[in-house]
Amino acid sequence: MLRSLHQQQRVQLVLGLIIGIFFGFFLQKGQVTRYDIIMGQLLLTDFTVAKVILTAILVGMLGIYPMKRLGLIQFHPKAGSVGSTVFGSLIFGIGFALLGYCPGTSVGAVGQGSLDALFGGVAGILAGAAIYSIIYPFVRDHIQGLGSFGEITLQELFNISETKMVMGMTVFILAVFVGLEFIGV
Amino acid sequence: MTQSKTSPSTCLLWLRVSTLVAIQGLLLSGAVCAQAEPAESLEAASGLSGLLSMKAWSPYVAGAGIGILSWFAFLLSDHPLGVSTAFAKTSGMIEKAFRGERTLQREYYQRFVPAIDWEWMLVTGLFIGAFLSAGLSGDFMLTFTPEVWVARFGDGILWRLCVAFLGGMLIGLGARWANGCTSGHALSGTMQLVASSWVAAAGIFIGGVVTALLIF
Repeated sequence: MLRSLHQQQRVQLVLGLIIGIFFGFFLQKGQVTRYDIIMGQLLLTDFTVAKVILTAILVGMLGIYPMKRLGLIQFHPKAGSVGSTVFGSLIFGIGFALLGYCPGTSVGAVGQGSLDALFGGVAGILAGAAIYSIIYPFVRDHIQGLGSFGEITLQELFNISETKMVMGMTVFILAVFVGLEFIGV
Repeated sequence: MTQSKTSPSTCLLWLRVSTLVAIQGLLLSGAVCAQAEPAESLEAASGLSGLLSMKAWSPYVAGAGIGILSWFAFLLSDHPLGVSTAFAKTSGMIEKAFRGERTLQREYYQRFVPAIDWEWMLVTGLFIGAFLSAGLSGDFMLTFTPEVWVARFGDGILWRLCVAFLGGMLIGLGARWANGCTSGHALSGTMQLVASSWVAAAGIFIGGVVTALLIF
């Protein structure tokens, strides 16, 4: 691993900025910074968002798994639980349909001039994050621990080898693409 | 399980093959994309500048770009792509500007220290990148009310901003509650094949689809 590079904090800030510029560029070119495209996905009439994110997952996975095996990178899995992941993501999903952007795409949408993403979206997300910082001790102690499932991976869950899981996911995502193109959405 | 561990050289080969596949995919989808929008591709026929000034890429091309980008994020910065932590830190910085050091006593801000870090720069870059993309394609336009919204709820700006703010609040709350958003969980976590991230992606999708179908 490039540990010495990882420890150079100033260089890392510049790298973060550069990677972010590409991220925003790809999101905008993929049209997923648009309210109309995102709502089309949530109303199940336009599957652009699914195509972008599933391609990113597929291509990303096929790069990072070999790199991890070679010892070039380490993974950063997030532990989950019913109380944290399920509750949190459902609250997020409700907000997602009301706002029509997610945190990343709302920032991207501001970049293309969507002011509802700025005064509604970004401001609202900041407010929501501030509220969470206040209720955090309560949520952590009483809700987030419910039904913990830790940092388990899909291959551990299904008890199959890493290689088979990566191959299976590849086939699954490609099948979804074929299906989407066949239906024509 | 007697599955033998793949040797490093096999992995290297795999990496090369997947890079090739990704590049081919990019080229192929580029061709599909050009077919899909003949008018634009005629205008923007030539090479890189044409590509950069296109209004939209095929979703497969944009997605592959993000996928490859995440290789570099892991390799060069030891970070998955993620966005919502930067929002938590920013809200901490804003609150600190008003309430001073008292803000930092809150447990949450001891865990997520409100300061500029890699992820914060990533989000700043995200804004710049989207601005560049929209600018290059002549797609930049100041708007308050998106078309699909207007078709259903009318063109009142205040109403749109109120609903967007409420949605944003739930997103900010939910993202920190679930410890990640569409980027940290539904993109970066899922590609690591982490179960909790697939659960989060499903939760976001289900919550979003049900709510969207209810309000539209």
